[in-house]
Amino acid sequence: MAEVLVYVDHVDGAVRKPTLELLTLARRVGEPVAVALGSGAEATAATLAEHGAVKVLTADAPEFADYLVVPKVDALQAAYEAVSPAAVLVPSSAEGKEIAARLAVRIKSGIITDAVDLEAGDEGPVATQSAFAASYTTKSRVSNGTPVITVKPNSAAVEAAPAAGTVEALTVSFSEKATGTKVVSRTPRESTGRPDLTEAAIVVSGGRGVNGAENFSIIEALADSLGAAVGASRAAVDAGWYPHSNQVGQTGKSVSPQLYIASGISGAIQHRAGMQTSKTIVAINKDAEAPIFDLVDYGVVGDLFDVVPALTEEVKTRKG
Amino acid sequence: MSLRIVVCVKYVPDATGDRKFADDLTVDRDDVDGLLSELDEYAVEQALQIADEADDAEITVLTVGPEDAKDALRKALSMGADKAVHVEDDDLHGTDVMGTSLVLAKAIEKTGYDLVIAGMASTDGTMGVLPAILAERLGVPQVTLLSEVSVADGVVKGRRDGDTASEQLEASLPAVVSVTDQSGEARYPSFKGIMAAKKKPVESLDLDDLDIDAEEVGLEGAWTKVDSAAERPARTAGTIVKDEGEGGKQLAEYLAGQKFI
Ligand SMILES: Cc1cc2nc3c(=O)[nH]c(=O)nc-3n(C[C@H](O)[C@H](O)[C@H](O)COP(=O)(O)OP(=O)(O)OC[C@H]3O[C@@H](n4cnc5c(N)ncnc54)[C@H](O)[C@@H]3O)c2cc1C
Ligand SMILES: Cc1cc2nc3c(=O)[nH]c(=O)nc-3n(C[C@H](O)[C@H](O)[C@H](O)COP(=O)(O)OP(=O)(O)OC[C@H]3O[C@@H](n4cnc5c(N)ncnc54)[C@H](O)[C@@H]3O)c2cc1C
Repeated sequence: MAEVLVYVDHVDGAVRKPTLELLTLARRVGEPVAVALGSGAEATAATLAEHGAVKVLTADAPEFADYLVVPKVDALQAAYEAVSPAAVLVPSSAEGKEIAARLAVRIKSGIITDAVDLEAGDEGPVATQSAFAASYTTKSRVSNGTPVITVKPNSAAVEAAPAAGTVEALTVSFSEKATGTKVVSRTPRESTGRPDLTEAAIVVSGGRGVNGAENFSIIEALADSLGAAVGASRAAVDAGWYPHSNQVGQTGKSVSPQLYIASGISGAIQHRAGMQTSKTIVAINKDAEAPIFDLVDYGVVGDLFDVVPALTEEVKTRKG
Repeated sequence: MSLRIVVCVKYVPDATGDRKFADDLTVDRDDVDGLLSELDEYAVEQALQIADEADDAEITVLTVGPEDAKDALRKALSMGADKAVHVEDDDLHGTDVMGTSLVLAKAIEKTGYDLVIAGMASTDGTMGVLPAILAERLGVPQVTLLSEVSVADGVVKGRRDGDTASEQLEASLPAVVSVTDQSGEARYPSFKGIMAAKKKPVESLDLDDLDIDAEEVGLEGAWTKVDSAAERPARTAGTIVKDEGEGGKQLAEYLAGQKFI
């Protein structure tokens, strides 16, 4: 069976969930060979093997952390040359997309970004994309070169499928351009203890209707009762009530959870672009005419300051 | 010495309109008004601010797009850019990101540049990869997805807010930069700006001018192929209740029924 390269997104050896989803999708089109780079790369092997990686290619060098993107492109290209894969799959993070795109240029291949599903086809992998703020679903494929495809988080349910996961060191010689963009300093994001926004099964979001930074505590309380991540509309972020890293939408995170609860959010097209593919959508808004109600499975027309705390209490009671 | 800035701007269908695919599965440009991709206004704004800080700078706005894409160039000129380059050719219809980036890279090289500035993503294709591809093709550093940017003494510095960390980046010019909508509100064109824009030069280039073969671009030359595009079925109307004191409870009941609680 043909081999498929899977680029591993990990933090110091802890594999992030979108990569496990990617391994599940990769098995539909071939045998996954994982590429893990940077500090902790070898520590990813056990998890990757559990999820179907037949081989794990690892490399670590200071360049990966000290310079932007290009050293990783050099490494992925080295893996590509070592394996001659049938496809290259990369998680659709901002950095993942850039790495994939630069690789595609180098190996003269077409690229598809933000796939939400992947199937084997007669002429190579077929990717499903959602276009125009999820109002269209398209099926596309790469028609030139080795398909390079980036896949959005929450595109597949993670399935375990133990495989050999043999670790091999990847030899990388960095290109002249690898050191072009220096990372002068890096400030890690503080963990809130809540699930990661893009990976969470449930997302509870607040918008302009929350009306103040201090009131976000009621959104957080609901999120915590459900074990959910907290999201925000751009209006709430621009007002300084919540960090930009929590913004959901076209220029924020794109989420596709099992359940999305929007409170005090009108449902502008740019917000919908980031959440419209959620499986179940619930909204609380005092305006019965708010466009968000066109999307919902269940909507409550009411004041969020009444409805949200009441819901939180009820969830707590039911969960005991 | 003058700092030569090229800003890449895309002409896109208005996102608040009813966007569609045409029969050949390319973007239908007839049914919806087009405009300058809103996220590229941030790129123009940062170019203007960088030019203000420089001793001497010239801003060229560049687009690859159909005839109407001139509107996007005019908007950028009315914000304050100095001149425009429009790559326009019937053979470009249906070009994918590899073709588009090839055309942009050649046009940028022909124009001459020290700094290329782009938006974080277009509002139609939304791939968010073109600036990185341009850097690869031009062989210069990429300093992308910046929420803050400055240029001094031939060095570009910026802040990139990523998934897990916020990074301070630095590269020597020439370089390709892209900026996010966190980089600072874009200015509105003034009346004076709009009037002045009418007199600013717009240069038109075609594929011949850039030594690009028609086979390298367009629908036929694309390295990706769209096989189908289907409108997402309208969601079946959900249940809407009015809160009369029981809204929270009713919602909890629904969530429990769906096994979320
Ligand atoms: C290029 C571009 C990119 C953008 N990217 C994004 C993005 O990524 N994410 C994003 O969210 N937006 C984005 N936007 C902004 C978007 O267009 C909207 O302005 C934004 O989503 C509005 O946020 P909102 O729904 O919170 O606010 P509003 O539209 O002001 O809606 C507030 C809602 O709260 C309701 N409300 C008020 N008080 C209460 C109460 N007490 N109880 C219940 N309901 C109440 C109101 O009825 C109203 O419906 C973008 C815009 C542009 C131009
Ligand atoms: C719904 C949809 C999905 C698509 N998916 C794919 C795909 O998976 N693979 C593929 O190869 N093509 C795809 N395309 C085609 C692709 O979008 C175009 O070729 C496009 O010009 C480049 O990608 P982008 O618009 O997504 O740019 P992005 O990478 O999102 O754009 C970033 C920045 O690049 C600059 N820029 C982009 N295009 C131009 C331009 N024409 N002129 C000047 N500056 C520009 C702007 O500054 C912009 O802000 C898709 C198009 C659509 C409408």
